[in-house]
Amino acid sequence: MNIDSIKNGFVIDHIQAGKAMEIYDKLNLNKLECQVAIITNAKSKKTGKKDIIKIDKNIDIDIDTLGFIDPGITINIVKDDKIVDKFHPEPPKELKNIVKCQNPRCITSIEKDLDHIFILTDKENQVYRCKYCEMSLKK
Amino acid sequence: MRNLIDIKDLSVEEINNLIEVAKDIIANREKYSHKCDGKKLATLFFEPSTRTRLSFEAAMMELGGKVLGFSEASSSSVSKGESVADTIRVVGCYSDIIVMRHPKEGAPFVAAQKSTVPIINAGDGGHNHPTQTLTDLLTIQCEKNRLDNLTIGLCGDLKFGRTVHSLITAMSRYKNIKFVLISPKELTIPEYIKKEVLDKNNIQYCETNDIEEYMGELDILYMTRVQKERFFNEADYIRLKDYYILNKEKLEKAKQDLCIMHPLPRVNEISTDVDDDKRACYFKQAEYGKFIRMALILKLLEIN
Repeated sequence: MNIDSIKNGFVIDHIQAGKAMEIYDKLNLNKLECQVAIITNAKSKKTGKKDIIKIDKNIDIDIDTLGFIDPGITINIVKDDKIVDKFHPEPPKELKNIVKCQNPRCITSIEKDLDHIFILTDKENQVYRCKYCEMSLKK
Repeated sequence: MRNLIDIKDLSVEEINNLIEVAKDIIANREKYSHKCDGKKLATLFFEPSTRTRLSFEAAMMELGGKVLGFSEASSSSVSKGESVADTIRVVGCYSDIIVMRHPKEGAPFVAAQKSTVPIINAGDGGHNHPTQTLTDLLTIQCEKNRLDNLTIGLCGDLKFGRTVHSLITAMSRYKNIKFVLISPKELTIPEYIKKEVLDKNNIQYCETNDIEEYMGELDILYMTRVQKERFFNEADYIRLKDYYILNKEKLEKAKQDLCIMHPLPRVNEISTDVDDDKRACYFKQAEYGKFIRMALILKLLEIN
């Protein structure tokens, strides 16, 4: 299967197999007018299979969301057909309105106009806790 | 402006300072009787808690201040759908300091973001209850004359009991503290408390379901109630509610200077035959609660 390389934009590589659609949704990639390719279950030497997303435009990409969903991914920045930079996103220290607190006893379940905020309390194990009720986030 | 939302908001030095002020209040009641003249404390109890509310109200009255507020949500504008943020903005116009209890976890934190006056969390759901922890610390300091070098037994519902979780967090900051965690296997301490508090601070602890196994080693025995509202299955509650009943017989091997504590109210977990034992400190503990709340009100109002 062949998918064209991109001229300017991003290749999000080494996505855990099955997570590409979650990234597509969370980054609102459906709202882009440029070409976006989603490749699922691509062959991977390291993990057997992986997902890949290619975005054929230099957009303001949400690194925090990517770092939260899967810090193992590689973000390749492509300019004039060449990869000019690549990096792994860090798990963000704070998540703001990326996920909602699922604790029915949390004040965010009833109070209007509150941001849903999670804080990274354990970087090693990637534990995020709600800023209000401190309930850990289940990914 | 400072608030007290979580016991972790206070440094060890600040806690020690509050305890010193509370001890001075106990020794010199008259000296403090007009410290809050002209000040008003609002008690906003979005869920009933008569004991905690009366303790705060008594504390403010003993300082010469006045109190206003409500004791349940149905008698407030919340029943009309008002948000916490709006309630706090309004009450801040009528009072100098606000005490708040709310069934939703994190509500006092939201209040503190919007308030123009200091906020004290008097319990938010199963989350925090920092003035209970301060009460426990003052009790331990007054009864044992130290907050370090202690073996503390925590008995009962260690899974859902927020007072236990907060006390472990607070005591883990003092030197040479050992915990004996006594609970049925269904109500053991959550893994995150072990990992994020006990292991992280290299605190020595052991777990057992036998209240008598380590009785002779304890300096403090902190009993807790199995709370009905935490159970989805009534059969489980009925099976576990009387799992531990502390009585004179079980105290036979205990140290003579053991301090028996309980956040109250108790149901059956401490037999009334223990009440007259000189080691029973739980009613004194309730009184210490008033004194530490007096010290806290003074601190947050910046009155020396």
